[in-house]
Amino acid sequence: MSSIEIKNVTKQFGKKEVLAGLNFKLEPNKIYGLLGRNGAGKSTLLSIMTNRIPLTSGTVTVDGESIQNNDKILQKMYLMSEVSLYNSRLRVFQVFNETDKMYGKFDFDLANRLAGEFGLDLNARIGKLSTGYRTIFKVLVAMGVSAEYIFLDEPTLGLDANHRDLFYKELMESYANRPRTFVISTHLIEEVANLVEHVLIIKNGKILIDSGVDETLAKAHTVTGPEADVDSYTAGLNVIGHDSLGKIKANYVFGDMDDKILPDTVSIESMDLQKLFINLTNEGEN
Amino acid sequence: MYLQVAKQIEEAIFMNGFSEGDQVPSTTEISRQFHINPATVLKGMNILVSEEIIEKHRGLGMFVKKNAQERIRMKRQNEFFDDYVSGMVVEAQKLKLTEKQLIEMIERGYEKNE
Repeated sequence: MSSIEIKNVTKQFGKKEVLAGLNFKLEPNKIYGLLGRNGAGKSTLLSIMTNRIPLTSGTVTVDGESIQNNDKILQKMYLMSEVSLYNSRLRVFQVFNETDKMYGKFDFDLANRLAGEFGLDLNARIGKLSTGYRTIFKVLVAMGVSAEYIFLDEPTLGLDANHRDLFYKELMESYANRPRTFVISTHLIEEVANLVEHVLIIKNGKILIDSGVDETLAKAHTVTGPEADVDSYTAGLNVIGHDSLGKIKANYVFGDMDDKILPDTVSIESMDLQKLFINLTNEGEN
Repeated sequence: MYLQVAKQIEEAIFMNGFSEGDQVPSTTEISRQFHINPATVLKGMNILVSEEIIEKHRGLGMFVKKNAQERIRMKRQNEFFDDYVSGMVVEAQKLKLTEKQLIEMIERGYEKNE
């Protein structure tokens, strides 16, 4: 098992800089959450990591070897949107077969069983699938493929609550049975908060957070109480946002707290991942 | 999160959802059911193993240890002061209740529960 290293990666589309020098590492057998607002560069990053589009500068390496034109390494990586390249007249089961030919050892048992669970017709033409079933189809191929690195770009797009629940369950089970690396980009942060182990937050083409979910949340605090008390208590701390209700205010702090004595009127609580994300990526603040 | 996992399983054992010698659900089952990363579930399980509440039977899974309930009760008794009594006194002072009034309330609570 190998890790993927992303070094100083930039990407420009014309004059627009989409990725502005990214550095991070993906370790084997972990589930990563790739979070960012619309247009933050998530899909571009996923496509670059899997060599689907060229980067402007920087390197993506696996054990020191560049991924560019390196079929042996690229076979270890699978990007969910890959199947969009297939002829829309192909049927679902045919794409399973094609994927098996390309990557080898396709898990037909799993993919066929999941097709049954989700109610996806194996004989349906892929171009005729509805938005939801199109996503389900892509997810099933990604779950069945034998690659070590699976990149899931919006795996719940268009799925109803029941199907999302089923997807998360099956993902956890499949991961437990055959550990591999998943990188999941999603806007449904609350739903994946407990299933990802490590979080990557990107904003304006830069990495804002790259750390374990537990460590990240350990640094996120909500300080609530009367406005004046809250402001004086959090003075000098890294306040990333606030909410107010009448004269009661909540300041969101990301980082270490100091040793100041907590007034009776003020309370400190934790913050969930979604709240942290919103406050970190709000425009105009910070 | 892993602390919550440990707490939930502990609570289930304490409330007799799982008795001594019972198998507790596997990491995979819990992970699947609640959409929690298996590493997190395992971390929570390991806390309970180190507290001698559950034990691993190689190849079979996790089982509730003998006297697990008693051990949980002892642990919770130790935590009772910090978790409840300290906070109650602070809140009572905020409400301007005297020590005597608070004790009377506790006595009343006991009478109600008899």
